[in-house]
Amino acid sequence: MAKPADAAIERDVDRPWVGRSIERVEDAALLTGRGRFIDDLGTRPGTLYAAMLRSPHAHADILAIRTEAALKVAGVVAVLTGEDITALTSSLVVGVKAPVQCWPIAVGRVRYAGEAVAIVVATDRYVAEDGVDLIEVDYQVREAVIDPLKALSPDAVVLHDGFAGNVASDRSFRYGDPERAFAEAPHQISIAIKYPRNSCTPIETYGVVADYDAAEDAFDVLANFQGPFSIHAVISRALKVPGNRLRLRTPPDSGGSFGIKQGVFPYIVLIAAASRVVGRPVKWIEDRLEHLTASVSATNRATSIAAAVAADGKILALDWDQVEDCGAHLRAPEPATLYRMHGNLTGAYAIDNVAVRNRVVVTNKTPTGLNRGFGGPQVYFALERLLQRIAVELGLDPLEVIKRNLVPAGSFPYRTATGALLDSGDYQEAIARGVQGGGLAELKARRDAARAQGRLYGIGYTAVVEPSVSNMGYITTVLTAAERRKAGPKNGAQATATVALDPVGGITVHVASVPQGQGHRTVLSQVVADVFGVAPADVRVNTEIDTSKDAWSIASGNYASRFAAAVAGTAKLAAGRLAERLARVAASQLNIDFADVVFRGGRVGSKSNPDNSIAFTRLAALSHWSPGSLPDDVGNTLRETVFWTPPELAAPDDSDRVNSSLCHGFIFDFCGVEIDPVTLETKIDRYVTMHDCGTILHPGMVDGQIRGGFAQAIGAALYEEYAYAPDGSFLTGTLADYLLPTTMEVPEPTILHMETPSPFTPLGAKGVGEGNCMSTPVCIANAVADALGIKDITLPLAPARLAQIVRGDEPAAPAGGRAPVAPRAGGNDRKLRGEGSASVGAPPQQVWAMLLDPETLKSVIPGCERVDKISDTHFRAEVTLGIGPVTGRYRADVKLSDLDPPRAVTLGGTAEGALGFGGGEGRITLAPDSNGGTTMTYVYEAAIGGKVASIGGRLLDGATRVIIGRFFTALAATAGGKPVPSESWLTRLLRLIGWSR
Amino acid sequence: MTRLSSAQRHLVRFTLNGKPVQGEAEPRLLLTDFLRQTIGATGTHVGCEHGVCGACTITVDGELARACLTLAVQIDGCELRTVEGLAPAPDRLGVLQAAFRRNHALQCGFCTAGILMSLDHYLRAHPKPSEAEIRDLLSGHLCRCTGYTPIVQAALEAAAELAELSRSDHRDV
Repeated sequence: MAKPADAAIERDVDRPWVGRSIERVEDAALLTGRGRFIDDLGTRPGTLYAAMLRSPHAHADILAIRTEAALKVAGVVAVLTGEDITALTSSLVVGVKAPVQCWPIAVGRVRYAGEAVAIVVATDRYVAEDGVDLIEVDYQVREAVIDPLKALSPDAVVLHDGFAGNVASDRSFRYGDPERAFAEAPHQISIAIKYPRNSCTPIETYGVVADYDAAEDAFDVLANFQGPFSIHAVISRALKVPGNRLRLRTPPDSGGSFGIKQGVFPYIVLIAAASRVVGRPVKWIEDRLEHLTASVSATNRATSIAAAVAADGKILALDWDQVEDCGAHLRAPEPATLYRMHGNLTGAYAIDNVAVRNRVVVTNKTPTGLNRGFGGPQVYFALERLLQRIAVELGLDPLEVIKRNLVPAGSFPYRTATGALLDSGDYQEAIARGVQGGGLAELKARRDAARAQGRLYGIGYTAVVEPSVSNMGYITTVLTAAERRKAGPKNGAQATATVALDPVGGITVHVASVPQGQGHRTVLSQVVADVFGVAPADVRVNTEIDTSKDAWSIASGNYASRFAAAVAGTAKLAAGRLAERLARVAASQLNIDFADVVFRGGRVGSKSNPDNSIAFTRLAALSHWSPGSLPDDVGNTLRETVFWTPPELAAPDDSDRVNSSLCHGFIFDFCGVEIDPVTLETKIDRYVTMHDCGTILHPGMVDGQIRGGFAQAIGAALYEEYAYAPDGSFLTGTLADYLLPTTMEVPEPTILHMETPSPFTPLGAKGVGEGNCMSTPVCIANAVADALGIKDITLPLAPARLAQIVRGDEPAAPAGGRAPVAPRAGGNDRKLRGEGSASVGAPPQQVWAMLLDPETLKSVIPGCERVDKISDTHFRAEVTLGIGPVTGRYRADVKLSDLDPPRAVTLGGTAEGALGFGGGEGRITLAPDSNGGTTMTYVYEAAIGGKVASIGGRLLDGATRVIIGRFFTALAATAGGKPVPSESWLTRLLRLIGWSR
Repeated sequence: MTRLSSAQRHLVRFTLNGKPVQGEAEPRLLLTDFLRQTIGATGTHVGCEHGVCGACTITVDGELARACLTLAVQIDGCELRTVEGLAPAPDRLGVLQAAFRRNHALQCGFCTAGILMSLDHYLRAHPKPSEAEIRDLLSGHLCRCTGYTPIVQAALEAAAELAELSRSDHRDV
């Protein structure tokens, strides 16, 4: 922008709109049920609906898929499998150099539970799900590997031949002279952590509507995708069309994302391909089980970190060893989670020497993607736990260790060892204000008083820098400098905004940002209103994206907390350019000096003579109605589109230093927690969070972002984990299993602010939305470590986990129980074991005959609909069973072996259906009793997995026992006897789920 | 009791926000899908379809219900209230809705409809709720954006304002 314009466009300095918590323009529609989310919008007549069959196994070869029965269902139009998708599309690009393919659906082999295996397209969702139920798949199960460190072991199963030893990338970095620092330092202090998988789980799930136009070989896709739009290139390449034949649009409203809705893109490919096959639009709305099982989550990461430390606690060097678990496929933009923080690996501290080893591994879990905090929680959990350990091991105060290592005030912009350029801040001042304003002295007194009474109370601290506005080139740090040279440079963060004036002087703003509740339309109206001297209500903002007609670039979208810093700033620049030209027109119209023009109160006029002015709308309309009236050098004042990218975001240099983000806010948190000595429940007594996010544009929204991130961090710290069984079964497929914090669990944090504007952004603003997801989990962990005096802490801090740390493994159950609870920990053993006996009023020979008779089996197998005898000892059965909360159809295969007529037989079998699979074996022994009847005793082992494990995990073992119990009860009843024990299955179920009488 | 055939659509007549409406539904059709796709009332949202998140909360004959755990055919002859019925006029917000806007008690707005329905129902019977009571009530709703505090604040403010209004006797929730 030309320099004189700044002087000319003096705003109404009395009260700028920016910085005020005005009511949101978004709210009225959302509060009255008139939001326009993707599933609220109409579809073209003839639109079909898709449902997906998903793998019950974490790792298996697909031997056959039989779709005939599904295709016979009235209303089912098509069934697509991996074979169809590979014929229609190309593999998704993979972010590392390796000979692997990455398909959005299983091709020949499933690698995680929940992976799509087939897509049914039908006239409505219900019919599509009917079709899904009728698809039969034969799987050959392989061993699964779930833990990232185990995936590295030489004898681990390998997921992809192209990733030798499951390693997708292994890079080592060295900055400064870490070896020397470690050799010379008086202390070496280290910690090893495992950060769990979790997700910010928006309440609205994914949605896609795709429409293929065969005449032009083009796709029109509506999806609640959130960006980055670099993914547009991934999608168009997969669909084998140039970018201009993939029109990607977003709906006006999106029900939360927190990064997660980036992960809708593989489904865009699938649904677009389905539309191409059926020649009609296809719609798919993900359900909650699909979302929890198979959308995306944060990465889980195993980190060892060591520090070379001076006697006073000053850190001289860091040594990072990070093993990142990206799940079964490396989907774009992974392994970005691992590199987003690369420039910030020293956190808020001045540490000159850093060694890093970064490994990316694949495991039999759902592929990972964007999630609020993106790499920050994983890094800071390690770094800030290390700071706390340094304090403990050197006998120093933890806050003193933090302060001793901070980047010095007055040294900004500050270049970190690994390449970040910290834009602005005064960390010492922020901490001083936090300590004062948050009442640390009083909190310490509370702790001391609690401890004096023998209570378990601790205080935790964290100091973090919160990066925002990602450098699109940081991900290329995963490549070597030579590979980067070959691939060409990648850097920058193009933001774009368009400001347009209509024929009656109305102002319209468009940005390529895709908000999911962050109030962008409101903030942009404030920013642009200030430039034109009008009210926010005079500015209408549209934040939908249509890639076929809007200005956009690869960095477009809403992620990396880039809105306030980059997008709002770009809107200011676009409005400013129009305003400069309008000022020239005004100067000519009003016959005043350009420098005398002011925009104020809806008018444009002379600063020195307030009576000489023109209505803004009239001036703004002039370019439409009378372009000839404009001075020759002005051009038009109709519309201005600005693309802005900060020059500070350069590509990684040859020594792998990268300025991974443009802005760096600062957060200082401390909290007091108390732990119940009996239940080991962690209660947050007080939480203080001090933020410096540069210039604040809307204080209410900034606090809203902080509270929201804090609540999600409470979940990550205390409740939430995407849990997998050792066999790869996903165990948290409902919101009753994956526990989000409610009103009862989220306390109100004390929020403090200071504002150090960023010199690199047009408005001085920095991102603020992700910080507490980075700082809060480890702050609570540090407080718990302080309360319990423990070193090794793994999130979430569920009472059972703390009990194991504090009290060790739970002792074995006392002997004598009828149905011992299966050991669940360790190994791949998820088997359930039990035993029982029944007294039957028929002699052994008769009972024996019943066991071999299909008709008897049909009447005693719970839910059995038919039994086919394959041979004397081999039966096939179809059963409908309710396991946990879900009822489904299963095909069972039952074999008798080790026959010892009429004394003993082994009954083994497997069952498989759309809801999951099971397998088990039982030995039945028959012995004559004194009344001419038979005492039948049985021991069994059984295991169940797949969808039922995800949605009914809490009830599963109990329900399995109930079903097995029902089999023997029915067998006894058919033979005229009664089972021992006589407890009914209902009583047992109620007892098992914890209802006692 | 009428026995419904699974293969047929059945006529369902009910009252939605005071107005009679009707539509046809298979017995297995969820009330959420019926309201949203057949009737066109898309304000009631679907978050989990297993009754935990609370986004689909409505009232059926004056009682709170999860529309995702209700079959469409069950509401034949019932009176339903949904978020579309809360505002006194299309261009005006009710007291509770206005308190939400004032307190920034929503961000993405996806869970909001269900929360408004629970609060509207509760405040009619409990004009002077405590914060603890509001938190207890709202523990049946999941919000991923706000951290809840502004919602609780909005509810308490709305309750106070409604109590004031009911003293001057024009109630307009």
